[in-house]
Amino acid sequence: MKRKDILGIKDLTRAEINEILSTANVMRDMIDRGEKSNALRGKNVTTLFYENSTRTRNSFETAAKNLGASVSGISVATSSVQKGESLVDTGRTLDALGTDVIVIRHSVAGSCKLLAECVNASVINAGDGLNEHPSQALLDGLTARRHFGNVDGKKVVIVGDIKHSRVARSDAILFGMLGAKVTVCAPYSLLPCGIDGLGCDVETNFDKAIIGADIVVPLRVQRERMDGAYFSTQGEYHEYYGVTQKRLELCADNCIVMHPGPINRGLEIAGDVADGSNSMIVEQVTNGVAVRMAMLDLLVNGDDRL
Amino acid sequence: MILLKHATVVNKDGMQQSDVLIDEGIIKLLAPNIEYPSAEVIDCDGKLVFPGFIDMHCHLRDPGQTHKEDIESGSAAALAGGFTTICCMPNTVPPLDNPAMVGYVRQKSDKAGNADVFPVGCITVGQKGVELCEYGKMKQAGAIAVSDDGVPVSSGAVMLNALKYAKTFNIPLLSHSEDKSISAGGVVNDGDNATICGLRGIPRSAESAAVARDVLLAEEAGARIHICHVSTAESVDIIRAAKARGVQVTCETCPHYFGATDDEILSYNTNAKINPPLREEADVQAIIDGIKDGTIDVIATDHAPHSFDEKNVEFDYAPFGTVGLETAFSMAYTYLVLTDTIKPSDLCRLMSYEPSRILGLNDRGRIEQGARADIVIIDPDAEYVVDAAEFKSKGKNSLFDGWRLNGKITQVIVKGELKSL
Repeated sequence: MKRKDILGIKDLTRAEINEILSTANVMRDMIDRGEKSNALRGKNVTTLFYENSTRTRNSFETAAKNLGASVSGISVATSSVQKGESLVDTGRTLDALGTDVIVIRHSVAGSCKLLAECVNASVINAGDGLNEHPSQALLDGLTARRHFGNVDGKKVVIVGDIKHSRVARSDAILFGMLGAKVTVCAPYSLLPCGIDGLGCDVETNFDKAIIGADIVVPLRVQRERMDGAYFSTQGEYHEYYGVTQKRLELCADNCIVMHPGPINRGLEIAGDVADGSNSMIVEQVTNGVAVRMAMLDLLVNGDDRL
Repeated sequence: MILLKHATVVNKDGMQQSDVLIDEGIIKLLAPNIEYPSAEVIDCDGKLVFPGFIDMHCHLRDPGQTHKEDIESGSAAALAGGFTTICCMPNTVPPLDNPAMVGYVRQKSDKAGNADVFPVGCITVGQKGVELCEYGKMKQAGAIAVSDDGVPVSSGAVMLNALKYAKTFNIPLLSHSEDKSISAGGVVNDGDNATICGLRGIPRSAESAAVARDVLLAEEAGARIHICHVSTAESVDIIRAAKARGVQVTCETCPHYFGATDDEILSYNTNAKINPPLREEADVQAIIDGIKDGTIDVIATDHAPHSFDEKNVEFDYAPFGTVGLETAFSMAYTYLVLTDTIKPSDLCRLMSYEPSRILGLNDRGRIEQGARADIVIIDPDAEYVVDAAEFKSKGKNSLFDGWRLNGKITQVIVKGELKSL
């Protein structure tokens, strides 16, 4: 792969996505065999997280270590960012420290692009505002592929707070590019303008949306959304939009449930579904490390293979 | 004494070939073939000669934020853009909400000797939307209008009284109509492009619902109201209907609302972060229709200078606004006149005459005998690429940086004096 940064699924070609997924598949096998690699020996990977995250950050750091990179994490709460340093200045500092890859998460959409344009290091977007979360979509793609072999023609239903979800955007674009049929489902108050422009169907009735689904992706409900009057109560949400065993009966045989985590049991997903045989939640975590190893490896070493 | 030879003089009602003799700050004579040996002659062959443009809406940041702009630099930028009179909004630090602050702006304007700067005073004390400012005393001190600009009066009751009180003193009220409870948290137009970029949207109703309210309040008060920077198709419709039933409403739009769409935000360009936000193609068409049929009275700039560092940050953290004084005419000429949407005389109406009429500046906005000699001379054939680095404004945050535009200001005369640009 010949590119400096991975900022979003919408910037990637289908060939690049396939390259990342097939590399990730190799990485996953390596993880299962308990092996490590030296592909990033001597390289420096820095995680720069302006938003709290445990799983994504740990996953990137584990991925980098599995490849032999040295890893440093900048926690915004204790860094010079607290002293008022701008993102551009922080980026230049990391560059001067010899960082090869910066993994950034930020609450403002487009921040990773601003950073990428002012540093020589490669930049990986680990989530920017409501915009994209490419590594999450790629790990979802890997999980689906490993389960089905091929997701071409599969029906994907993403349900929940589509309006405020970067996972929804990245997933919708990625599964669309892989040939799946994507439906997004939410009350109108949680649907963004023009979401159908991303090539997906829109359905507000979850019982209709889920019929025949191969892949169901409930999004995490952020409880603070109730303050903005986006929906009424947790109880009503679960009744109309929760993924339950009963609803799974409407899905295709062999369907899977994926969730970006962390889950709210009994809210967007029933506990027995999360623990049930259709759940890929634990599988997703391991695949997350594999996908992030592939992203790091291809960005740093991609040119050498051409 | 200045003599303009072979001028194509543009007024709101049409164009005429004429010479123009200027003396003692006024237009002395408008006639063909004037000879006056002692006058300084400017050959205007092939040029368009407009009454100096009047900007009803700019931000000069003085006092309080003079790293962004001050009255001297802002009024110099105005001249470079062909504006001989500008009205600066009161959202300074502290706000222009009393006669002393208003007087300060007038004094600095006189001292700078560039474009004539009139301050707009606040509607309410501290732009807080509660107590009315002293409209009578502020007008005495030189305030041309009142507005709470970017912090619109949220209480309908206060707004209704403000309209009545402004009517008492015959001072125009310029309304930045926005329902902040609807726009809160938004940074771009709520549309397909916001979804594509993951940026939080400002629904169109944040503007149009507020325009509807303010027009209805003015109607009830029997007062006049001027709606600032109209950007949506719905706002244009509301104002068109109000005018048809006799409401004393006028309005302005800005070059970025007929020359650009929210496609500009797809690259996260913070200079495209403007409030109201850049809208969609259908809105651009509605704005142009409103300009054509006279629903939109005025083109203003909403010139909003910011420093480079303030704009070179994450999109949500960047302040709203683009500079506009130095590009407004070329934008209008390129996107409205050269597209055969309107005639040069219409542009004169939009940028000179109507602002003068709404603001009560009856000595300007026209080229006729006895009028104040505020004149801008334009080379209509010039084509150039905007280079913000060369702006007189301290603010280089131009949405139009790098754009190819037509029509260039060559000379500007203020009160009979030829200014260097």
